Amino acid sequence: MTQVLLIFLPILFALLLPMLHKKISRVHTGWFVLLVPFALVLYYASFVPKIGDGPFTSTFYWVKSLDLSITSHLDGLSLLFSLLITGIGTLVVLYSIFYLDKKKEQLHNFYFYLLMFMTAMLGVVQSDHLISLYLFWELTSISSFLLIAYWYKRDKSRFGALKSMMITVFGGLMMLGGFLLLANAGGTYSIRELIANSSTIAESPYFVWMIVLILLGAFTKSAQFPFYIWLPDAMEAPTPVSAYLHSATMVKAGIYLVARLTPLFAISEYWIWFVVASGIITLFWGSFFAVKQTDLKGILAFSTVSQLGMIMAMLGAAGIALHVDSPQQTIFAFAAYAAIFHLINHATFKGSLFMIAGIVDHETGTRDIRKLGGLMSLMPISFTIAAIGSLSMAGLPPFNGFLSKELFLTSMLSLKEFELFNFSTWGPIIPWVAWIASIFTFVYCLYFAYYTFMGKGKVDKLPKKPHEAPIGMLISPIILATLVVVIFFIPNVIGKYFIKPAVLAIQPQLYNASSDVAIHVQAFHGFTPELKMTIGVVLIGFILFLTLKKWQPLYQLQPDKLSLNNLYDRMMRLADVDSKKISELYMTGAIRHYLMYMFSFIVVIVIATLFWKDGFNFSFENTAKIGLFEIIVVFVLVASTVTVFAARTRLTAIIALGAVGYSVALFFVIFNAPDLALTQLVIETVSVALFLLAFYHLPKLSRHEEAMPFKMRNFLIALGVGIMVTLLALSAQSQKLIPSISQYYKDTVYTEAGGGNIVNVILVDYRGFDTLFEITVLSIAGMAILGMIKLRLSKKEKKSNENE
Amino acid sequence: MEVVMAFVIGFLFMAAVYLILSKSILRIIIGTSLLSHGAHLLILTMGGLDGEAPPVLADGVTNMADPLPQALILTAIVISFGVTAFFLVLAYRAYQELGTDNMDEIRGKLSDD
Repeated sequence: MTQVLLIFLPILFALLLPMLHKKISRVHTGWFVLLVPFALVLYYASFVPKIGDGPFTSTFYWVKSLDLSITSHLDGLSLLFSLLITGIGTLVVLYSIFYLDKKKEQLHNFYFYLLMFMTAMLGVVQSDHLISLYLFWELTSISSFLLIAYWYKRDKSRFGALKSMMITVFGGLMMLGGFLLLANAGGTYSIRELIANSSTIAESPYFVWMIVLILLGAFTKSAQFPFYIWLPDAMEAPTPVSAYLHSATMVKAGIYLVARLTPLFAISEYWIWFVVASGIITLFWGSFFAVKQTDLKGILAFSTVSQLGMIMAMLGAAGIALHVDSPQQTIFAFAAYAAIFHLINHATFKGSLFMIAGIVDHETGTRDIRKLGGLMSLMPISFTIAAIGSLSMAGLPPFNGFLSKELFLTSMLSLKEFELFNFSTWGPIIPWVAWIASIFTFVYCLYFAYYTFMGKGKVDKLPKKPHEAPIGMLISPIILATLVVVIFFIPNVIGKYFIKPAVLAIQPQLYNASSDVAIHVQAFHGFTPELKMTIGVVLIGFILFLTLKKWQPLYQLQPDKLSLNNLYDRMMRLADVDSKKISELYMTGAIRHYLMYMFSFIVVIVIATLFWKDGFNFSFENTAKIGLFEIIVVFVLVASTVTVFAARTRLTAIIALGAVGYSVALFFVIFNAPDLALTQLVIETVSVALFLLAFYHLPKLSRHEEAMPFKMRNFLIALGVGIMVTLLALSAQSQKLIPSISQYYKDTVYTEAGGGNIVNVILVDYRGFDTLFEITVLSIAGMAILGMIKLRLSKKEKKSNENE
Repeated sequence: MEVVMAFVIGFLFMAAVYLILSKSILRIIIGTSLLSHGAHLLILTMGGLDGEAPPVLADGVTNMADPLPQALILTAIVISFGVTAFFLVLAYRAYQELGTDNMDEIRGKLSDD
């Protein structure tokens, strides 16, 4: 129970923030917030030594009757992510205390969203229930939306927030669909139980659909190709947010999901192919376009995209371990290890790089790399951290990026030896793509560090006079940069306590305990092909970097129209402008058109139903005889109806309508309905009087009288309705299934109700409620008419009111 | 007789729909009046027209008209009268306020915001 409650600790604490912010305004609100992630780090760290013994689970039933629970399931993978979230969270909050001004910024909003995000993210990585996982997942989208639009007065912030929202929520909804299919096939919502049933789920006809839908969710969240476009635009957020959400945590939610569901879906070749292919393409695409960027955070955004692709590709390779014999011996067994290792490394160096970019922005007033340069002597500490981060990202020793990059190249090289699923055809291309992507990675890492801190200084032209950042701002990046170096020297300690338990969660089929994961990482593992590749990367990367100014303009050749951002903009326009055009096409505002649609659809639906259901079944038995008198009234009725149309003046039309009403009354007389005849006569008289009244008050403007012009379209619709009614009447008349209940009324009208006039007794006795409410209708109509005539807030009065 | 009435009712409906689709507000209300006449006759016809006496208890009458549709029609007549009267006054007020009886001129405009 504590375990579940602690997921909600950040957001519960956030409720206190507005109060803290108001009451204690002397102290930066961030100092109070700092306590929360720090306490959580300590709590989760206490699990590290004992996680090898097995997972820790705690459940809170939310809606028990629907089997909805919020479960905190801590195994190696969840624990690693929880530690990343709270650990980087602590550092980011510390950094933000110095980054955000306590007087100028709305800090309570910022920290509220940040803590909300922290709860959401902890929920995502610890949930064992698919629906609660989805709920936390959407909460990360919402809090990320709020954080990106933190400076909501800027257009670009709002645009970026909306874009990330649209794309991630689209993916989230697809993922929900996949989850529902999955739970339906597996019969449970618990991820652990689903993994145990994976072989039965694989037989489901919707198996591929589940994979596609769930991967859509993971790919949109983790900014994979082609859904990465929201991430560069999300850089409008404050830098602590970019460092936290868009490099270390939220974008890894998709990675988490893929890792978590690998034991379930890696049976399928589609899963492996989709994950590997999207990872490799994203890796290449992101690193290729990172060199084009001129904004510091833009470079980092594309590098994040690229590195996420790399982790994704390794996770795909990890899935292959389920398909080969004696997997412990093969390279695929440690692709998962490599993925998790790089995930940790990426969180450390990318977090520190974002913080440095923020510091540069803060101290110089610009993030444009073309304006920066020569800051090394002015900001030596920042430069050292940036150099460590960049070189680690480029994959050079003695930094942790080197180790995971070697592992990555190893697993990609081994893909071509894999026989199943056509990997032998396409496999050989993959290491090449990965290698070229590594070269570009090397180039943009140097590009980032060199053009910011070295080269010719243009210090005088900067918006602010640059100087070293305050120490408080530097603490967090220093800690992260220290980790970058430390991990290089003790990779196996990290491996034992953090990576191996996580690998056990990703590949539970291969191992019994985390200590079985027999992988030992060495800084130097012989003169292997990977090392040769790395040397090649460095050599070619250097040449490319030195000639950067010559070939970088080539990027301008890419036409804007062909970019993915343009595609997104076009789709948004389609949804907005073009759909409005479509609705304007039929929403004309004229009631006549709407009536035409309604009548046409009614006619088509009724006649089609009659046709398909064999409703046409006419028999003319049991009908009453046709008398002469009736025929005469029919003629009178038809003739007066025709007169309504033929009338040149409205007066004639109204009188003809009266004639129709009176002939209907005559019908009532003929067909033995004296009460109806009486009512009809009276009401027709009053109605005609009302019509004449309305006629009398016609404005002079439109008093030109004319006959109705003939309209073919209207006539056809009217004819359709007439035919439909006639057909309905005839077929209903021919198919009477049960006798009328009126015999009961006839038998009991005197004995039960004490009356002779059956119609009247029905109205006031058997079915008195009808009459009660019919009286209500009449009185409402009367009051409404009175209101319309008496209450006049006319235009003139309104105008005079406005003038006052 | 029911067959003849079915055609008469169909004709009334056709005329009513044609009037309702016209531009003049008065013609539309005339159309609704015709529509209710058609509906009332339809109820009566569907109840059967073979009764030989009004539904009033009297000695020696065996085959009287079905009283139930008549009760339904009586209710319907009153309601349609209430609605028609309301419509007419609404139209009359619309003339006064808007100065036109042409439906095309009083159609809702699409606003851009």
